Amino acid sequence: MVVATETAWAAVSSVSDPELPPLTIADLGVLRGVDADASGRIIVRITPTYSGCPAMTVIQMEIETALAKAGIKNARVETELAPAWSSADISAEGRAKLAHMGIAPPPGPGASVTCPRCESTVTEELSRFGATACKSLWRCTSCLEPFEAFKAL
Amino acid sequence: MSDPTLFQYVLGLADDQLVLGHRLSQWTGRAPILEEELALGNIALDLIGQARGLYQYAGALEGAGRDEDALAYHRDARGYLNLTLVEQPNGDFAQTIARQLFYTAMALPFWQAMTASTDQRLAAVAAKAEKETAYHLRHATEWTARLGDGTDESHRRMQAAINQLWAFTGELFEMIAAEAGLAAAGIAPDRKTLRAAWDRTIDATLSDASLTRPDDSWMAEGGRDGLHGEDLGHMLAEMQSLQRMHPGLQW
Repeated sequence: MVVATETAWAAVSSVSDPELPPLTIADLGVLRGVDADASGRIIVRITPTYSGCPAMTVIQMEIETALAKAGIKNARVETELAPAWSSADISAEGRAKLAHMGIAPPPGPGASVTCPRCESTVTEELSRFGATACKSLWRCTSCLEPFEAFKAL
Repeated sequence: MSDPTLFQYVLGLADDQLVLGHRLSQWTGRAPILEEELALGNIALDLIGQARGLYQYAGALEGAGRDEDALAYHRDARGYLNLTLVEQPNGDFAQTIARQLFYTAMALPFWQAMTASTDQRLAAVAAKAEKETAYHLRHATEWTARLGDGTDESHRRMQAAINQLWAFTGELFEMIAAEAGLAAAGIAPDRKTLRAAWDRTIDATLSDASLTRPDDSWMAEGGRDGLHGEDLGHMLAEMQSLQRMHPGLQW
């Protein structure tokens, strides 16, 4: 049983977010846990970043595919809302991957958004809403490059 | 599980989010600037996501086997229990912003209070909605200020929108018959307690934007009883057309 949960975790933790492909659902904190019920059936728990996140359906399908490829049958994917997802749930590795792909990681409380290209903290917000629900549009006033930033939520 | 009282209450909340979310989605491809195209689309997505969580719960409470799609696509306007404010047409951009301001200034304290609900499902939906709504309110207040303090024309249009939609704000604080009992049980916020926070947000925003708060006069009512204006029927006819033509169709 423990082995099955570990195999399942290994399979699903590498599933990518379809809108941020370098990041896995484990990096994002979208993957909440992998357990087995009394009958040994694997249960994967995920949580949406935003209520209306359109990636959730794709993520669920990809989890089911990853489990099937790992030979795990009859698994169930559950979506849980509580506790609500926070941008603080993104792992250190996830933050590094965001910066590497040119998206500023969410700033901590009171911190300013750092330019992912020149690392300047002198930046300005262009629009609070970006190409996906979780991002906003910024510009660096040092290197003048526009960039996307993951919103603090 | 069958709880007709709570079902009716949750259905009304879901209808508010869906109808407003669908209205905002109608701006797609028509917004004045690219940033607004993204903003209005994102806000619509948040609202429709919140509506889905509420419809799923409503379906379980009803216990009649209706899922979120059945509730959204197979009811006529008479069966919709949303506030009449959210069904008002988009109008010009100022009218859309005024509708957002009036609704969201109520929704933020509403969801904040709902996070303390003794009903776990509602508290979970509220915990997400609260964070998203804070962004929506900032969007609405900033645009109200920009239009109110902009050109003579933008000021004129923003004031006209505020005046036109004012009659739909009384309903924001009305409680359905069952709601007082739900509030007493700690399940639902008491809407009367939201009024002070709403007044503070509206007064501060209008004053910041050099706009005038209209005097209270006749107020619309009836949305929670399924009594709507003609516009909701047109909106639903378009939104439901595919499922009406091909019931149960799946992508």
